Order: sequence, then C-alpha cells, then structure tokens
Amino acid sequence: MDPKRARESPESAVLSRPSAFPDEVLERILSLLDTHKDRSSASLVSKAWYHAERWSRARVFIGNCYSVSAEILVRRFPNIRSVTLKGKPRFSDFNLVPQNWGADIHSWLLVFAEHYPSLEELRLKRMTVTDQSLEFLALKFPNFKSLSLLSCDGFSTDGLSAIATHCRNLTELDIQENGIDDISGNWLNCFPDNFTSLEVLNFASLNSEVNFDSLERLVTRCNLLRILKVNKTITLDQLQRLLVRAPWLTELGTGSFIQELTPRQYADLETSFKGCRNLQTLSGLSEATALYLPALYPACANLTFLNLSYAALQSEELARLLAYCAHLRRLWVLDTVEDKGLEAVGQNCPLLEELRVFPSDPFDEEIVHGVTELGFLAVSYGCRKLRYVLYFCRQMTNAAVATIVRNCPDFTHFRLCIMNPGQPDYLTREPMDEAFGAVVKNCPKLQRLAVSGLLTDLTFEYIGTFAKNLETLSVAFAGSSDLGMQCVLEGCPKLRKLEIRDCPFGNKALLSGLEKYESMRSLWMSACKITMNGCRLLARKMPRLNVEVMKDEESNDGQSYKVYVYRSVAGPRRDAPPFVLTL
Amino acid sequence: MDFQGDANLKATELRLGLPGTLNEPAKQSPPSKSSKRASLEIYDESSSKKRETSSSDVDDRDSTAPPTKAQIVGWPPIRSYRKNTLQPKKHDADALGTFIKVSMDGAPYLRKIDLKQYKSYPELLKALEIMFNFSIGDCSERDYYMGSEYAPTYEDKDGDWMLVGDVPWNMFISSCKRLRIMRGQEARGLTCL
Repeated sequence: MDPKRARESPESAVLSRPSAFPDEVLERILSLLDTHKDRSSASLVSKAWYHAERWSRARVFIGNCYSVSAEILVRRFPNIRSVTLKGKPRFSDFNLVPQNWGADIHSWLLVFAEHYPSLEELRLKRMTVTDQSLEFLALKFPNFKSLSLLSCDGFSTDGLSAIATHCRNLTELDIQENGIDDISGNWLNCFPDNFTSLEVLNFASLNSEVNFDSLERLVTRCNLLRILKVNKTITLDQLQRLLVRAPWLTELGTGSFIQELTPRQYADLETSFKGCRNLQTLSGLSEATALYLPALYPACANLTFLNLSYAALQSEELARLLAYCAHLRRLWVLDTVEDKGLEAVGQNCPLLEELRVFPSDPFDEEIVHGVTELGFLAVSYGCRKLRYVLYFCRQMTNAAVATIVRNCPDFTHFRLCIMNPGQPDYLTREPMDEAFGAVVKNCPKLQRLAVSGLLTDLTFEYIGTFAKNLETLSVAFAGSSDLGMQCVLEGCPKLRKLEIRDCPFGNKALLSGLEKYESMRSLWMSACKITMNGCRLLARKMPRLNVEVMKDEESNDGQSYKVYVYRSVAGPRRDAPPFVLTL
Repeated sequence: MDFQGDANLKATELRLGLPGTLNEPAKQSPPSKSSKRASLEIYDESSSKKRETSSSDVDDRDSTAPPTKAQIVGWPPIRSYRKNTLQPKKHDADALGTFIKVSMDGAPYLRKIDLKQYKSYPELLKALEIMFNFSIGDCSERDYYMGSEYAPTYEDKDGDWMLVGDVPWNMFISSCKRLRIMRGQEARGLTCL
C-alpha cells in the first residue's frame, strides 16, 4: 500500500466508527459510482469516504477550467484516466470573446505528463489547443486512447497528424466544429498500417479532402469501428464502399449526398444501407436531395438520432424520410423543412424527446421563410414526450407557447430564439412574458432556459417564482430594470450558469447576487449597464470569486464592459492576457 | 448596443426621412436600447391608454427597417462553424443552377442533368432518349414530336408547365427549372397542338 495512504488511515479510523469497512472495500464500492454528482456527494460523507472516493476516481469533469488548477487536481485525485475540461464562456462561440483569451490546455498537459502518465482520455470544449500541445499529448502519454475536441481553436490538421502517427492505442478521434486551420487531409495517412484499434472516427467538420484509399484501408482493418463520420469530400459511391466494409456501424455521418449515380451505383448504395442494421445515429447528408434519400430508408428502422442540421431538406423530403423513422428520439433539422415538415415530425415520431431547428439563413430578412409557431405547435401535439427543444424562428405567440407546454410538460431544456431582437408576440403585439411564464409554470423539471423576444421584468419575476430547478439561463435583449435580474438571482436556488447580453441590468442587479455567485459556476454579462465601480465592489466583497472585466469593443460609449464572474479555488488566473482585467 | 457606430451602416440604412436629411435616431433606428426601454416602461403602467400608445410605438419601430443581423455581433447565437458552412450554400446553388431534375412518367426514379452541357434542343433530346431509353421521334418546327407517345415538358420560372421547343434555346436554359417527359394520353394531347 502506498505510504501516503497508510498515513491517512489512522486519521480516518479516528473519525469513523471502529467497525467501518477496510479502505479497500470502501474504495471498491465507491469505484462503482458513476456520475460526478454521486461522487461529489460521497466525498462529503466523511473523511474516510472522501479519501476512498478520491483514490478510486478515474474520471474527472471540470466545467470551468479556471475554477481549479492542475496542481490542485492531481493532488486530490491521483489515479485519473479521463479528463473532461470546458474552457471559455459559452458566448465565445458567438464571437463575443476576443482571441487569445486563454483556456489553453498546454499547462494542464505538462502537469498531467508528470502525474497522470497513464492518461487515456481527454475531452475538451472551448479550449485553446495548439499543434504543439497535440504533439506533446501524442508523445507523452503511451496509453492515450480517446481525444474529443468540440468548439476548440488553435490547432491545425498537422496536430491531428501527430495524434494519428504516435497514439498506438487510439480508440477515438472526435473532431467537432472547431476553429482550426484545415491545411490538408494528409493526417489520415498517418495512421500506421498495423494500427487497428480505432472505434470512433469523426472528421465531419474538416473540409480538406482525405485520401480515400487510406480511409478505406483504415476502415477495413479497424474492425471495432462503430462510429464513423466522414466529411463532405467523400462521395456517395465512396460511402457505399465504406459501408460494405463496416456494416456494423452504430453511428454514421455521411459525406456529400449529391452525385450523379448510375442505376447500378444507386442499387449498390441502397443494398449497403440495407446492410447497416445497427444504425442508431445518422448525420451529414449535406446537399441531400429527394433523389437519393430513399437509399437511406432501409437503414432507418432503428434510428434514434437523426441529424439533418446540415442538410437543407424541403418539407416533403423530410416527411417521406420520417415515415421510416418511427423510433426517433432526437431530431435536428434546418428550418428549410418549414412548418409543414414539422407537422410530419409530429405525425411520425411519437417517441421524440429532443428537437432542434436551426436557421438556414439567419441573416436574411428579405425572404420570409423558415418555421413559425405553427410548426412548433404541430410537433407538441404529436410528440408528447418532448423534453429538449432548441427552436430558431422569426415569429412566435404567447398563446402558442402556452399550448405547447401544456402538451409537453416534461421540458427540461427550453431554448427559444426569436431571431429579431426584442420582437413581440406578432399577433397581439404584446411582450412574450406570458410565453415564458407558461414555460416555467408548466414545466417543473426545467433545467435550462433561453429566452428571446420582447420581454419585460415580468418574465424574470415568473422565472424567479416558478423555475425552481433551473440551472442555466441565457438572456439577450430583454428585461426592463435591475429588478429582472434580481428576481432570478433571488428566486432560483439551483442556478449555476447565467449568461446575459444587451440587457438593462446594472450594478444594483449585479450586486444583488453577492451571496449567490459562489454557489454558481459562472456569470457572464456583456453590453449591460454595469460599471467598473460595480465590478470592483463585487470583487472586493467576494474575494473568492474571480471578477474579470474586458472592455466591450462593440459598444460605442466606451463604458460598456464584458464581465465574467466565476468561483475558483485556484485564485485569479495567471495567464490572463492584457485585455482581461482581474479585479 | 448602438447600431449606428459604423459609418458604412449609415449609408445603407433604410430611413423614413428624405435622403440627405440627418436622422432622428430615437424613432427610426431599430431596437436601440433607449427607445426600447422607454416603451417598456410604458408597458409597466397598467393604464390601457398608455398601452395603446406603447403598442403603436412598437408598430412604428417594426415598420422601420431593423438592423440586419449581421450588424449585431454574435446574433443570432449560432456557432461560427455552422455560419460558415451554411452561408456559402447560396453561391453553390447559383453555380449549380443549371443542374435540373428530369422525370419520366413510369420511371422508378429521377435523373439530374446539367443543361449547360447541351447547346441545342436536338442535343438535349438525344441525351434524354439515351438516358431513359425511349424515342421521341423527329422534332421539326411545325410537327412537334409527331409519331411519339412521349412529349418533353418543362417547368418554367413561373411554375407553368411548357412544351419543350417553343422558345429560343438560351431562353429555355435560363428559365427551365425541371423537366418531365410525359407519356400517353396527356402527351398526345400536347403533340396535337
């Protein structure tokens, strides 16, 4: 037994009852605990449990990379194999955070190399990752298996080459929607000929062409491959050849779905799809048209997740496809399907739990198209189990939302984006307060809410009064006064993340949350009425919070700030760039 | 958020005043914070009279041109990757503008052809004949498609179904949205025109 642990046992023996489990047994039991929440709870029971839990923990999730330091992490958890880290504030996805803000993975990797040499998995979201870091990762961690990068930036396909070349035990390479330098597809050629362990490969969001022969050989020799998502440069007939090699895929992302196929090629494609009996998730389908979609039909029987958010389908095309997808639980579409397409969703997918409707033309105001309140209504009548919705639209009414949440009271995530800021109910011209009031009143399980449209403080009074399980709230162009934000801070006991932009909330509102912010992960406010003095006061009163201020470049009065407030046991961050002022 | 900071915006901004007159920002500009809050304060009063005023404020505001969304940073909230992936689609559509669907009555699936590849009607018809393995007969100026049970038709920009061959070739390829090779009774009706 490790001498460090021997030293700790006498202490725990004193505090716990004499007939307690031996540490090893306790550890074994606690190692069966899966979720981070459960493990956190277990670690609070007693010193014995705290130590047993920390020795047995293999996977750690850090929702804000600045809330803790790598040094503190490795001190508490000596045996970590898997690290999940989230970096920048979510609004960085929408260009509200300047470049070089931070959240660089490298300093973490240096510490991991020393303390977690057996690290197997790294899952990063909104972090900065350089090629140098990727190469370091590939060379220093011989057991490394699984890399997932979502919405990260700072690397190029050269970094992926390093991973492919050196990670002999790689099982997962998942590259999603990153701001990367797509130099070439050569990285795919870097997997050695004797490399066969790949189970998950997702390069759908990379644009450069890969060598198809390399890909085909890779797919052929990796017979554990269950998730394959290729990019747009892969053609239909190439896809067909891949499917023949890997018919047992559970998740498939197709390449481009447009090509002139001969009847023979089409028949082969259809046959290959018929052979995919295990398909649960389907995505890609860029430029898919009615012409070849029918080839997919045989593969849809077991589909639970269909991601059409990069396929500009029309309503009839979607309707015909959905007729084959009765078991669908999650559906992502573009608003090109229009209300009529969503009616088909309501008619064909009774098991649907999640719907996301993305805008195909978010900046075009000339043409009236997309989805309206009618489409959402139609879905709510047919899909009573709906619990997660993300809906981009150009018009909405209070009455429609009230009906929708009456039909579907199980919402846990309700994200409605009326794309014109501050737009009222288009029929009554009233604010959309009652809509969101209905949501919080009818959906007691609501965890995440994003509001939009013309909203007064009343919306936030409703939220503070009824949304007792709310954890995440996103607000833009809404509210009338400080009271709005105050209601939320005072009324939502489980609030963890609050992000606000372009609202008339000022220092009074900011300071009303003094007691609250330490129980939250973070607060973001930009283009509001906060002043430097308000931020300074907050920082002074709450020394355990990091209060970071950036000048708002987009504002004209020179007095608008972007404020990011978060709790941390690591103190103010040491890597803040010059434009971030830590108070 | 003040949308009028950028000089270029002013030049393209839609306004109610005469060109050249200086603006009345509070009224005409799109949801600028000050005007929005003003009307919202009116909303907080429960008096119905004020409500009418406020709703007409809202109407006025909506009747003027709101800022294009490209002017508001980070709105609507979609990731850059998605924005960059979907936007180019418009240009692609233009570039592919001459690919059209071709259907033939009775055939199990459709085909697509690039009209740009053909320089005249006879060329196009010949290609169709090969593609669908049928015969359309001779196409002469007066006796369209005599002796054939097929008639090639196309949908034009207005959504009307027209017989192929009436208009000059260039006009045809710029207005043709899709082709349908009709067959049987319907076709004979056309060929007897």
